[in-house]
Amino acid sequence: MTPVDPASNCPLREQGRSDIDLLARMLLIRRFDERLIALHQQKLVPGHTSPYVGQEAIAVGVAAELCNGDVVASHHRPTGHALAAGLEPARLLAELMGREGGHCRGRAGKHQVSSLEHGFLGANGVVGGGIPIAAGAALGLKMRGTDRIAVAYFGDGATNTGAFHEALNLAAVWSLPVVFVCENNGYAFSTRQQDHQRICDIAERAAAYGMPGQVADGNDIDAVRAAVRPAIARARAGKGPTLLDLKTHRWYGQYDADDSLAYRTQAEIESYKAHCPIETLRVRLAGRAELSAEAFVSLGREIEGIIARAVEWALASPVSSASEGDAHVYAASDVR
Amino acid sequence: MSALTLQQALRAAHFDLMEQDSRVFVMGEDVGVLGGAFGITAGLLQRFGPERVRDAPISEAAIIGAAIGAALVGMRPICEMQFVDFLFVALDQLLHQAALAHYASGGANTLPLVIRANYGVGPGSGPQDSGTLYGALLQFPGLTIVIPSSPSDAANLLAQAVRDPNPVLFLEPRELYPTTDLVPDLPALPMTRARVLRQGDHLTCVAAGGMVRKALAAAERVAAEKILVEVIDLRCVMPLDESTIITSAAQTGRVLVLDEAPRGGGLAAEVLALVAETATARAARVLLRRLTGAPTPIGYAPHLAAAAVPDARAIEAAMRELAHEPRA
Repeated sequence: MTPVDPASNCPLREQGRSDIDLLARMLLIRRFDERLIALHQQKLVPGHTSPYVGQEAIAVGVAAELCNGDVVASHHRPTGHALAAGLEPARLLAELMGREGGHCRGRAGKHQVSSLEHGFLGANGVVGGGIPIAAGAALGLKMRGTDRIAVAYFGDGATNTGAFHEALNLAAVWSLPVVFVCENNGYAFSTRQQDHQRICDIAERAAAYGMPGQVADGNDIDAVRAAVRPAIARARAGKGPTLLDLKTHRWYGQYDADDSLAYRTQAEIESYKAHCPIETLRVRLAGRAELSAEAFVSLGREIEGIIARAVEWALASPVSSASEGDAHVYAASDVR
Repeated sequence: MSALTLQQALRAAHFDLMEQDSRVFVMGEDVGVLGGAFGITAGLLQRFGPERVRDAPISEAAIIGAAIGAALVGMRPICEMQFVDFLFVALDQLLHQAALAHYASGGANTLPLVIRANYGVGPGSGPQDSGTLYGALLQFPGLTIVIPSSPSDAANLLAQAVRDPNPVLFLEPRELYPTTDLVPDLPALPMTRARVLRQGDHLTCVAAGGMVRKALAAAERVAAEKILVEVIDLRCVMPLDESTIITSAAQTGRVLVLDEAPRGGGLAAEVLALVAETATARAARVLLRRLTGAPTPIGYAPHLAAAAVPDARAIEAAMRELAHEPRA
């Protein structure tokens, strides 16, 4: 059975980039995560889930500005970046369910899922761990003589790691074609930004590395695109990296079962919903008479269908085989 | 047989590898203008230019992370850690990012990268720059750890490590940099295979890196007493060439492992455990011994550093004692 679902398996960078396409992709991410939580509650997804809900404008807005051959490094909340990069919902779901049909055959899960054919270098279970890898991919793309670029996604918490500092400095010194995208949702797990660093705008740190830094509204996809576009152009032109500080909100906890009321109030969480990235774009399109109420309902149904087919496909995929033992610990080689 | 020293052979190998494959490049602290703190990369910058010979900031995590990213998009990086001790600043990148990459992609991704670092005691490097740290890195399936013991083999192993699609930690015994080949004309061997450097019937002496030369010298001296020692150069300490070790152990019935790392939980313990739990070795009632570094830090003063690792006299004594011990 093929996981290919023509309605959803195409990366944005290859697809039409109309606002309707982008709205559809944000909605796909939202519905995917909501279904993932339900599947976890049904014990069909092991461990826990880290919903991307609330941050969809960033993954989709950045992806809309990328080209084929560009690469992205994600963090421990990878579903948005993965679906924006074009990973098939069915296979991504299978991966998160620990099934053979997953992109990594159930070996990686949400913390390490990768798909190089989609330019998706991988999620990361270590905060900050992917930032130097994105810089390195940018180095490799540059050395190969391409004009392709890399994007590193990370949260505000990651900007206090050594990996962040080392990678930004290295990328600046070597003028690497990389865009550093901070999804600043104001919390490092339970610790408020004001309690984990003495600045509000992480973009200020760019000055320390001699690169441009830019703040933008991460809940507004048009603002995200406007911020990332010059950063990508600068990278592609060989002028070096940029640090973006995109302010956003994480609606769920750090993971789905995290009782985030221990560190934030229900009123605060409710206030996020006034800045819903999907609703913001929907209202904008409706105001321009580009999206009728009926068309939005129809879009929602289409996405429900994609999700339903993805669930069906993933459930039919066999659980990851343990009989292989140590297969794939080491890649086959003629020098071993 | 090469007349080159280990330092010269490694340097020459870099020129060859970069000449042969345009994907190969070098990065690390002081590898360009200076030519490396120990001269291994001297001249590469002049020959290959600053794109392919990159002086990096003092940022070990970024260097290894950059190597990972570059390898994922088709390059073949060699990065140098100035001392293996500095590698431990960047263990997340080495162990969680690099070593897991192939497995965690279900076999889809390969990571052809090499991290070179020197290790070992002296001269006067003090406790933080004298580590023999491979023992701490044996618990990470996916990582390959290679340790050459001679210039000729080092050049071959480095070429194999660069060609291999897995992350390889290439550890150079610093004390051997000025030394030349002890054993002539070594035949080619796969990177992960151990080598029987000297044959003998009475006991098997297993060693790696700098301890190999000491083992060979000691074996030569006890041979005068009719003690015939088989010396195995591990070459690759992770993963271990189990069959070469076990075959020899079953034949001689006595195994002495030399390891300059501190006693406890390391390479020597693993080799002995491997022999102890293998049916053929159990049936042969193999006697097991290890001679390791002292369970102390490496002191700065030369006599303290020397006391922390097994010396020639201790190795010979251990060989005699084990050779004469009665087997049940």
